[in-house]
Amino acid sequence: MKLDELIQSSGEWLRGEGPEADIVISTRIRLARNLSQFPFLTRADEGARIEIERILSGQISRLAARKSLNYFDVTSLQRLDRQFLVERQLISRELSEGQGPRGVGFSTAENVSLMVNEEDHLRIQVLRSGLALESCWQEINQIDDLLEEQVCFAFNEQLGYLTACPTNCGTGIRVSVMLHLPALVQTKEIQKVFQALHKIGLAVRGLYGEGSQAMGDFYQISNQTTLGKSEEQLIKNLKDVIPNIIGYERRVRTALVKENRQGLHDQVSRAYGILKSAQTITSEETMQHLSSLRMGINLGLIEDLPIPTVNELFIFTQPAHLQKLRHTSLDSGERNVARASYLREKLAPQN
Amino acid sequence: MKCQTCPSPATLHITEIVKGVAAEHHFCEECAQQYLSQAEAKGNDLPAGVVADEEGESKLKELDQLACPNCGITFREFRKQGRLGCPHDYIAFQEELIPLLENIHGETQHFGKVPKRTPDDSRKQYRLIKLRGELKVAIAEESYEQAAKLRDEIQRLEQETPVAPADEE
Repeated sequence: MKLDELIQSSGEWLRGEGPEADIVISTRIRLARNLSQFPFLTRADEGARIEIERILSGQISRLAARKSLNYFDVTSLQRLDRQFLVERQLISRELSEGQGPRGVGFSTAENVSLMVNEEDHLRIQVLRSGLALESCWQEINQIDDLLEEQVCFAFNEQLGYLTACPTNCGTGIRVSVMLHLPALVQTKEIQKVFQALHKIGLAVRGLYGEGSQAMGDFYQISNQTTLGKSEEQLIKNLKDVIPNIIGYERRVRTALVKENRQGLHDQVSRAYGILKSAQTITSEETMQHLSSLRMGINLGLIEDLPIPTVNELFIFTQPAHLQKLRHTSLDSGERNVARASYLREKLAPQN
Repeated sequence: MKCQTCPSPATLHITEIVKGVAAEHHFCEECAQQYLSQAEAKGNDLPAGVVADEEGESKLKELDQLACPNCGITFREFRKQGRLGCPHDYIAFQEELIPLLENIHGETQHFGKVPKRTPDDSRKQYRLIKLRGELKVAIAEESYEQAAKLRDEIQRLEQETPVAPADEE
């Protein structure tokens, strides 16, 4: 598979299907693993990194038959291509901006990704559209089992899987659910949600993970701790709390409609209007209006646009995607013009 | 991840709740201290969840001398970069790490998946890490006889250990 073929599709996690897909964008589980016979990457020299990459890329090729994985040597990718994979959530910013031999194998459907030589030797990730914790866990656990038939991961009985950063040891698992919460943000009720989540040991992050801004009212809720609880318990913690947040967002949406249907209808229609007619628009403004628009569609206020189209716009208006679509590098001003033109084209009545 | 104010790697992650809004900060040790002392001076509530060193300076200096016999990383280096050097560090720095792990996770005993094939002899794995390090030094010092010995020893250990060669299948 060529990387450029990805521009034809929009990726599993923005498919806009699956349980609770009006609010839950995607579910993601990742496992951190290290080969027991090598040092962690901070102490691994070029030779060790090459060897780790050789062993793990070999394992990924072996899995490829079952999972249709494509392996890419990240060092040979252009900066724009790496950024493109970050926007797709197939690699992390850390892998994209890292140094030395490293790579990624991901499935054609973009729902499985294995990063080699990121913070740990191996980061396995499984993504699903909508709320699908069990099925994510099932698949990632199976991939982990298949790998463990062939390689030895660093593990000890007291501290579980050993990871480069002590914050990940034990299960090495991070379970995240990405939610679209525009009504809670608009009414500022979101602060209560944050505080409650903090108290029960769950972390809240923005669209692109650690340290990123919460763009477009997207939030990732994930477990903070990895040691001392089983994978199933950690998954259950999230599974128990997510329906409450979904319920909260729905109640606030209903209340907004009830209190001021006309005002809300006006707000989402204006957002739609700007997206349909702007001549230059920043990524930030685009995200903000798309978020409004997405809520408007889910509330039945806007009827001529399907959710998957809006999900697609969220990703295709990102900087690297726009440049891939235009087959050229664009500076920020040029991107704003290209973004507006792309939006007008996609939102034109015939489409 | 990089420190948000300088190019060093971020080792301290601070979650601060100001007027109900959670904000994440990522700093290297130096910038974190600066940030925290500023926050204190301003009279803000101290951010929650800060991994602070409570030991005295002299105790820290002593700790910092500790080095892992396998990968050679010192405890100071670990504190600086927030990343360990090899799996054996969890044993080499056990005394120091356990309180830290308890602070992070609230637990100190793994309770979850166990690999079907546990590394049957983890000491052997650590030995491999050490031997590879020694091999590198031997080559750098042009002690080829020593290097050959080490290489044979590594190969012998590797054959006993279930490490799949990548070119299989």
